[in-house]
This record gives sequence, structure tokens and C-alpha cells, in this order.
Amino acid sequence: MTAIVQFENVGLRYGLDSETLSDVSFSFASGGFYFLTGASGAGKTSLLKLLYLAQRPSRGVIRLFGEDVVTLPRDRLPGFRRRIGVVFQDFRLVPHLSAYDNIALPLRVAGMEESEIDAPVAEMLNWVGLGDRGQARPATLSGGEQQRVAIARAVIGRPEILVADEPTGNVDSDMARRLMTLFEALNRLGTTIVVATHDLPLIAQVKGAQMMKLDKGRLADPTGMLRYPPRPQDRQ
Amino acid sequence: MMASRANRRAAAAARNRLLPEGRVAGPMPWIIAIMMFLTILSAAAGLGLSASVRSMSADLAGRASVQVVEANAQARDRLAAQALRTLRDARDVRSADPVDPALLADQLRPWLGDAATSGDLPVPALIDVMLTPGDADGKVDRLRRQLGALSPRLRIEPHAAFLLPLAGLLTALGWLAAGVVVLMVLATGAVVVLAARGAHDSHRGTIDVLHLMGSTDVQIARLFQRRIGLDAFLGSALGFSFAILVIILIGLRLSAMGSDLLGAVTLDTRAWMILAVLPVLGVTLAMLTARWTVLRTLGRSL
Repeated sequence: MTAIVQFENVGLRYGLDSETLSDVSFSFASGGFYFLTGASGAGKTSLLKLLYLAQRPSRGVIRLFGEDVVTLPRDRLPGFRRRIGVVFQDFRLVPHLSAYDNIALPLRVAGMEESEIDAPVAEMLNWVGLGDRGQARPATLSGGEQQRVAIARAVIGRPEILVADEPTGNVDSDMARRLMTLFEALNRLGTTIVVATHDLPLIAQVKGAQMMKLDKGRLADPTGMLRYPPRPQDRQ
Repeated sequence: MMASRANRRAAAAARNRLLPEGRVAGPMPWIIAIMMFLTILSAAAGLGLSASVRSMSADLAGRASVQVVEANAQARDRLAAQALRTLRDARDVRSADPVDPALLADQLRPWLGDAATSGDLPVPALIDVMLTPGDADGKVDRLRRQLGALSPRLRIEPHAAFLLPLAGLLTALGWLAAGVVVLMVLATGAVVVLAARGAHDSHRGTIDVLHLMGSTDVQIARLFQRRIGLDAFLGSALGFSFAILVIILIGLRLSAMGSDLLGAVTLDTRAWMILAVLPVLGVTLAMLTARWTVLRTLGRSL
């Protein structure tokens, strides 16, 4: 199985503070489903930022899609970012754009023709159960609805990796289950899913998913099975 | 064809929605309008003064006055007639015309009162001389020798000699106006830099999201470039229209004054074309500055 994400001895330090992440090494197989857990402040969000290229590490090597992205020139980053969908913890919906326009953003960024945008956005709105709320601004949507818009926006470009930071933090257990079902459906289509959460019962819902635990910026089990993830078909 | 036009329009509308705030909402178009107004007025002043200096120089270079400084009126008239004949026979002279004594007296009346026309005051006779083109100084020297041979009471003065300081002043004013235009251009650039930085800061959240979705710096810079370009276009059009109105009104007032000197402050076709190009340059400058500023700011992020 090809590794789609590889971290080797990655360290991250903000300014002169001590390292937020230290000696983090793991690899994710293409098409896998991974959970990242740990207490608040353990470094989950920092690790995800490295993964979706919002941050460069202070040391170590990160390979995405087989390429070293640490030394990648700035002008090549957009191409990599387009292959990664992100559901931010705080959603980061553009407040002055409608739900429709927010979901359409990745397609417009990718330069898709306007005539080709309407159908997938409408389909995505229906998929997340917001078919009739397309013109609503984020401020008029509930937390759960905003989250679904954020998820729709993250997956509409059919990313190869979907990164979600605490995607169930603002929704009830029923909605959390539905979101996981959505993620599993995407995973079955071949998308590698990486979810940061400290909701352990949620992890138990996804059969065959692997878990990686961070503790004070270090992997709790750096020699664990994540280093050699099993193939998705073996997860059952 | 229709579909692609509708597509483009829809794409443009979607892009415009990314950076909110309607046109003429912020101070930017108004500041650009004021800058453009002052730039056009300064440029018009500079071009008008330069035209006036050019026309004056062309005029002055080929003109001279001959004074007959003789107290005795009869001798003065005789000497003036001799000088006129000599001048008209000279090959360096295109035309020589006596200045009407009544006109001369009229010009002296504000200082001398009625005494100017009483005949009691020995006012010199004047002959206005137009030289043939080229080497004015040499020609004036030759005429000075010829007239000196006739009488030491005949004096020739090239106009350039006594209007030179005025031409110098007008030239300096012209350069001052050009300097003001340059300062205005720099100030406009600075305003655009501040506006672009401000817009970038206030839309940082949107920009971060766009970046993380794979927007390139150029895509983001284009959004600001278009937005600031539109603001600059509106401001420039407004400032230009008002400035042209003011220039036309000043032109009407100048021509009503009937002054030769002020009448020479005119704008020819070339000058009008330069004025018309200024707003276009202003909008282009604003767009390029906005693009450069945003690209520089984005270049500092990951």
C-alpha cells in the first residue's frame, strides 16, 4: 500500500517556545481512515496544520503524495493544497458568502467554469441535507448546519486526503454519527480520512479505522502499527 | 457565445462577492477623485505655462523695439522715418511698423495721466521690428550698427532681453506644476498601498481560507487589483470630469481678460491628449500598485 502521508522526525516550534511537536514519525496509507486523539493541547491541531500545509515544521521531513513538502517552493504549494480537503475546527466559513458560494469556493479556486459548478454544489448541498438553505449566510445557520457546509466545502473538490479537526465538537451524537457515515462513504470512494478528535466512542463507530495518540507533542506509541498501516481491505 | 458570456459574467459576480463592500462605499474612490482633480489641474497648469513660454520664446526671439530718443518732436519724427526706411530695407527684417503714438500714450496714461498725451513730455517714438527667422542676436547686433550709423539717438532692444525674467518665472512655475504632478502620482501610489494593505488585513480570514484551498497568490492579488482598479476608475472619472470643468471655466475667464500674456496660456490638442491619458495612467498605476502590495504581503505568509 502506498504511503500518502509520511512524517519523519518532525518537530514544530512556535517562536522561541519549547517544541509543540517532537520527533513525530508515522505514515498514512492511501485510502486509510485515521483518528488522531489526545488531550487538549497535545498538538493535534498543530499536526493537522502541518498536514494541510498551513505550517512548515521546524525540523524533520514531511512527504505528501510522495513529495517532500518541507522544501517545496511556495508557488508549488497551491497544487498540493487542492488535493487536500480541510474541515476546520472553527469551520472558517466566509461570513459574507452564502452556503452555496462557500461550498463552491474550492471549485472556483480550481478554475472550474461557472456552468459546471451548479450541479455538484446542488448535489453536495442535498448530500449534507441543506438543499433548501443554499442562499443562507453562515450567520443564519445553526452550528450543525455550518459544520455540514464546512464538510461539503472540504469534500466537493474530491480531495485525496480529507482532514477534519474536531468535526463533531459542535454537534449532537446523532449528527456525529451521520457525519462519520459521510466520512466512511467518502473513504470507500478512496479518500484518505484523517480526523482529530478526543471523542473515543466516535472512534469505536468506524470499523477498521486506526488511531494515533498524541501526548504532549509526541506520539504515544511511536513504534505502533501506524508506522506500517494495514491495507484498507484488511481493516475488517 | 451567449453561454460563455453569461458564464464570464457569473464568474465575475462570484469573484466580486469574495471581497464585499459596494462601490464608492469606502473613502478610496473619493481620495482618488481629489488626487486626480489636483493632478489634472497641476498638469494643465504645467502644460499651459509651457505652451505660453514656447509661444513667448518664439515671439520674443524674433522681435525687437527701436526707440527714437529725441526730445524735439520734429527731429524725432524725421529720425523715426529714416530709421523705418533703413529697417524696411534691411534683409534681416521681415517687417517694421511704427507703434501708434496714441497707443503708446494710452499705455503711459496710468502713470503720467493726461500729460502723456499733452505733447509736453518727450515720449520716445517706437518701431516694432519683426526679424527674419534664425540668429536673432547676430541680426540685432547688425541692425544696432546700422541704426547707430544713422544716429546715436536710435536704440534697438530685443524683446527677449526684458521678457527673459518673465519667461524664466513661467518656466519655473511649469516645472513646479510638473513636480506637483509627480508628488500626486507618488501620493496616489502611497494611498493605494495603504488601501490594499487595509483591505488585505480586513479580509485576512477569507484570504487564509482561499490560500488553504489552493488559491495562488496571483489569484488573490487579482481580486484586490480588480477591486482597487474599479475604485480608482470611479475616482479618476469623477476627478477628471471636475478638473476639466474647472479648466474650461478658467479658460473662459482668461480669454475674457484679453491679455496677450495670459491669452498665451492655452492647451493645444497634444496637451488635451496628455490630460486625457492621466486618468488611464492613474487607474493602471493603482492596479499595479495594489497587485504589487498584495503579492508582497502574501509572499511573507506560507
